[in-house]
Amino acid sequence: MALISLIFRNAVRNRRRSILTILSIAASFCMLGVLMAMYSMFFLHQASPDQALRLIVRNRISFTQPMPLSFENRIRAIPGVRAVTTYDYFGGTYKDARDSNNTFARFAVEPEMLYIVHPDYHLSDAEKYTFSHERDSCIIGKTLADRLGLKIGDRITLVGDIFNVTMNFVVRGIYTSERNNEDMFFQFEYLNQTAFHGNQSFSLMYQLIADGPDSVAPIARAVDDMFRNSDTQTRTESEQSFTLGIISFLGNVKMFLLAVCGALTLTVLLVSANTMAMSVRERVSEVGILKTLGFSRENILILIIGESVTIALIGGVLGFGLAELVVGALRNARANLISLHSLQISPQLALLGAVLAILVGAASSLIPAWGAARRGIIDCLRLAD
Amino acid sequence: MPIPLSYSVRNLAVRRVTTVMTALGTALSVCVLVSVMALVQGLKTSFEIAGNPNDVLVMRKGSTSELTSVITRANYQDIKTIPGIVKNAQGQPLASLEMVTIINLQGPDGQDMNVNVRGITPIGFDLRDQVHLAAGRWFETGKREVVVGKSLADRFPSARIGHVDRFGRAGGSWTVVGIIDGGRSVFNGEIWADLNQLSADFRRADYLSSVLLRAEPGQEQAMERSLEHDPRFSVLAQPEQRYYADQMSDAKPIQFMGILVAIIMAVGSVFAAMNTMYAAVARRSAEIGTLRVLGFSRGSILSSFVLESVFLAVLGGAIGCVLALPLNYVSTDVGSFSTWSHFTFNFDVNTAVMLMGMLFALFIGAVGGFLPARNAANRQIIAALKAR
Repeated sequence: MALISLIFRNAVRNRRRSILTILSIAASFCMLGVLMAMYSMFFLHQASPDQALRLIVRNRISFTQPMPLSFENRIRAIPGVRAVTTYDYFGGTYKDARDSNNTFARFAVEPEMLYIVHPDYHLSDAEKYTFSHERDSCIIGKTLADRLGLKIGDRITLVGDIFNVTMNFVVRGIYTSERNNEDMFFQFEYLNQTAFHGNQSFSLMYQLIADGPDSVAPIARAVDDMFRNSDTQTRTESEQSFTLGIISFLGNVKMFLLAVCGALTLTVLLVSANTMAMSVRERVSEVGILKTLGFSRENILILIIGESVTIALIGGVLGFGLAELVVGALRNARANLISLHSLQISPQLALLGAVLAILVGAASSLIPAWGAARRGIIDCLRLAD
Repeated sequence: MPIPLSYSVRNLAVRRVTTVMTALGTALSVCVLVSVMALVQGLKTSFEIAGNPNDVLVMRKGSTSELTSVITRANYQDIKTIPGIVKNAQGQPLASLEMVTIINLQGPDGQDMNVNVRGITPIGFDLRDQVHLAAGRWFETGKREVVVGKSLADRFPSARIGHVDRFGRAGGSWTVVGIIDGGRSVFNGEIWADLNQLSADFRRADYLSSVLLRAEPGQEQAMERSLEHDPRFSVLAQPEQRYYADQMSDAKPIQFMGILVAIIMAVGSVFAAMNTMYAAVARRSAEIGTLRVLGFSRGSILSSFVLESVFLAVLGGAIGCVLALPLNYVSTDVGSFSTWSHFTFNFDVNTAVMLMGMLFALFIGAVGGFLPARNAANRQIIAALKAR
């Protein structure tokens, strides 16, 4: 169609301006892409099937308060609970705690139970066997292993703080997982023997997995009801809701992401509107000529809005391409203890970005386009400065 | 001879719409930068005010926070007898045994927040001169009463005077009786209660968290060394200020993201400023020719256009700072992965932060204006005059 080719020719006429506008829009869309990817990872992601079955039990006061170890068997007896393990947060320090690379979460678990509760942590059968049978063995996530340069057979020493002990471990497995490759697990029994001579009477957390989606909510209620009148009350929540609590440690992330995305969108709108205002102003007499040639108001509107949409869309696509690179770089980074491993620009997100680019392009050119379409022929021709 | 500054300023005034749109674009980048820096500054201020330069914090060796530290009463009795501790009017050493634990408060958005609860005695108040009572009264010794920091009281319905909450392993009911104002310090985000009652309720009457000492001026380091080498206890003694400074690292992720966003937005703003300035140069081609004919040098044309771009960006920077100013009245929180608690604090849009924002804007303007200005300066007089 002639109109499309006209739109294209107009867009490349002042090449420098179009390129600068595209680059400016691309910069904003690059950040928009990264931040939207973060937003969807933190707040919108769908729980994987096994994740939806997992529940975390902690002390109602806060997760820094312990629960009696006897709770584990009582939780296990609740109908619908497939497996439950201690998930005892060890804390402590590895090497120099001031180097944030050395900060990672360490949990004391029951290996055989962990395999059932967390089918998402992939280990070879040999690794599982050793982890179950060697008291001082530990398994660590792939990303953590890479960061600390640890391999199977290496030793790890942790100096306890909550627990007043120093513990030595041998890395016997490196697990991979879709979401989390940042943690260290070791045998609860090892902690029990080292710190309490076999008399440890508490755990800071329990994790359980239900036998089916229908059991999840009843189990959560049953656990909290069971301990409501005891000395220690519990709070049972889904893994997702627990994770949101941890994310809140980064600050008001939701507000931050939304505010910055808003600012970025507004910036694109301003940049694009400015460009279109400048190019329409320069072309008033051309619009007059087009009208003389018989182009209708609608044609003029389409011509100008189309040009703006084209530029915004190219900028948007370029920006999301850059965002993909940034996201790839951030995927191996982490925010304190929170892994960014599953950060990605999904197809839906890319589509959303394209729609946003089109909308912003259209919105930013409405006023100049409308002005040009409405202006009379004589006015247009005379106004040429 | 330089071109008068008013030439640049008036040109900005002539093309008002473009000026405003370009300036607003810069304003948004500056606003993001200033907001992030105000957040970090706010956190820094609240930590800095929390620590007194003469105060030494004693925790168990290996602990990274008061939460995971354990100090027994027996340790405390020994620690407070060491030489070099300032004494109060009653002749007691200013050595405060404290217990820190965490409870959940339900936030306005339904999300749980981890809040520090500090068990404290009157000596502890003496050591925090920046904290005073803002409303209600202090808790009474031996009662289940708490005073809450004002930031918490502002944000949480469950932290207002008269509210009762059950916490502690004994399941007792605690009543909020007062609100404390710690200036801008972290204590605005803490809950304080009677040490003995709190530790009894949490069943750790003998296992407290830390000891805070006020050293005679100049004695701090000697005191730290003697405590660490004392065979009676296995403790880490450090300046209280350093303890708080170390917590700053928890704001790193949000700081990193914020600065990354601001830099990339600045790149976008540079392109936008270039666009605006190229258009300005193109439209004023004849003017530029005329200026040259009048005897203004290429150098003065160059600096005049760069200045125009800088004015434009600085205008944007000023708008950005003004947009960020209301943040001074906003409080927010960041959690710590070593203390496992949320710090509530105010954004701090201070002069230094705004100055940084303005410098940032200046930089955007100078970079964005340079190429168009050079383009203007390099025009041949005849060609410039001929162009429309």
